[in-house]
Amino acid sequence: MAETNGMSAHDQPLLAAEGLSKNFGRLAACRDVSFTLYPGEVLAVVGESGSGKSTLLQLLSAQLAPSGGRVSYCMRDGVMRNLATLGEAERRFLFRTDWGYVHQDPAQGLRMAVSAGANVGERLMAVGWNHYGRIRNTASNWLERVEIDTARIDDAPRTYSGGMRQRLQIARNLVTEPRLVFMDEPTGGLDVSVQARLLDLVRGLVTELGLAAIVVTHDLAVARLLSHRVMVMKSGRVIESGLTDQVLDDPREPYTQLLVSSILPP
Amino acid sequence: MNAPAYNFAYLDEQTKRMIRRAILKAIAIPGYQVPFASREMPMPYGWGTGGVQVTAAILGPDDLLKVIDQGSDDTTNAISIRRFFEKTAGVATTTSTTDATVIQTRHRIPEATLHAGQVLVYQVPIPEPLRFLEPRETETRRMHALAEYGLMHVKLYEDIAHFGHIATAYAYPVKVNDRYVMDPSPTPKYDNPKMDNCAALQLFGAGREKRIYAVPPYTKVVSLDFEDHPFSRYRFDAPCALCGSEDSYLDEIVIDDRGGRMFVCSDTDHCESRQAQGHRGIQNAAPHKEAPHG
Repeated sequence: MAETNGMSAHDQPLLAAEGLSKNFGRLAACRDVSFTLYPGEVLAVVGESGSGKSTLLQLLSAQLAPSGGRVSYCMRDGVMRNLATLGEAERRFLFRTDWGYVHQDPAQGLRMAVSAGANVGERLMAVGWNHYGRIRNTASNWLERVEIDTARIDDAPRTYSGGMRQRLQIARNLVTEPRLVFMDEPTGGLDVSVQARLLDLVRGLVTELGLAAIVVTHDLAVARLLSHRVMVMKSGRVIESGLTDQVLDDPREPYTQLLVSSILPP
Repeated sequence: MNAPAYNFAYLDEQTKRMIRRAILKAIAIPGYQVPFASREMPMPYGWGTGGVQVTAAILGPDDLLKVIDQGSDDTTNAISIRRFFEKTAGVATTTSTTDATVIQTRHRIPEATLHAGQVLVYQVPIPEPLRFLEPRETETRRMHALAEYGLMHVKLYEDIAHFGHIATAYAYPVKVNDRYVMDPSPTPKYDNPKMDNCAALQLFGAGREKRIYAVPPYTKVVSLDFEDHPFSRYRFDAPCALCGSEDSYLDEIVIDDRGGRMFVCSDTDHCESRQAQGHRGIQNAAPHKEAPHG
């Protein structure tokens, strides 16, 4: 299942999953998932509800311990490390510096009661920034980049609309310039025009910053717009994977064909 | 004096041992909140049940006890706790900061410099400095364990964003011994610098939350701040109306319903000893007659 995607051999993968599986009692939520992700690459994981997408994301981001297999990540010093062997301090440090995690529900990823500026600044303060002016400038730059009016920097996100919250969550995650961003249904629950703007924004940021991203979505349009590669999951297994246009335009597996054909024509 | 139904200082010896063990651990790890099996005390939570248990555990028959509430020796809370120990331990009490060996305090550190051999016992309502930012106890413990204190600065950031300066005036977070962030109980931030490199042992007891923590003598205690918004003390810009002190922490007392007010030392012992030395404020022309308490 691992593919090099035409990259030269000396390119080191950013993240590699080998035979990942997770059982919840007798239920196998993930079975034998293997892939590699390279720097700057966007991978979409698609599939219906209950196909194991979110479990996979949690396994990859070390929030769940796998029942089998392992996840390795290329740390900033260039060494591949097995995530299971990282200490908790290292894992949490990774999570708030080198990684981003965009939740479907922004309330989970944001502190709803503190101002937008502090939400963006929190990660900076967590890595030791100690200059109010600089934190605030950086926060306000990021609000601009995600198209939030900087006049609202001191408002709490609970006064924001759904789309703004999601953009704020993205700013909060990207402020430490992570190399890898996990996104769990980033456009879920947003109306269509807001979705389109958000996708446009994310696509712009990903290209600009050279981010690698793993996007879990049930929306094939999101996969098509954002991702370079797609993995299709069903019952915890990856049943098909490949370049996005290849998989979506010329699906091989019957299930993928069904998924693709169930999109309403515009 | 001792009522025979009680052990010395009310608590039974097993409980005292348990509390002393917690205190020793707290002293060994400055700023770390040690859980302890807080007992029911004959007073409501919020009246100093934690402080009273710590005091009861460390009190000996030769100790000289002082109890203050907001700096004052003669408010209800101070008097009732002082009388509690007079009755249950039969120890001598005083209002003099310099003479006392054990000082139990609610929300102030006395103005007079504490000296070696003294113990300052704080009554703490909420020991967790991260509490109002992170509601989960499991999470705050983990944050302490991993020294992840970015969140504490989020609170200070919010202050500056909304008020233009760090508006936290009491319970101002401090970092103890370069490791643990600690809530100094709701003392005014004016008192924070007194905790740093203090000669006395400082013990903190939170009865309802069942935590004890400590700052051993001569330990570094730094108030958190930003480089461009450094920590600053705050006091009303006025001399004490009774003793004329220019550098003590002041209480504001409303004296009529037309906006009249006076500022007096919050530390009554400090104020009275200054008056005894002949210092006079603007509203205190008559010679001071009141005899010291105790």
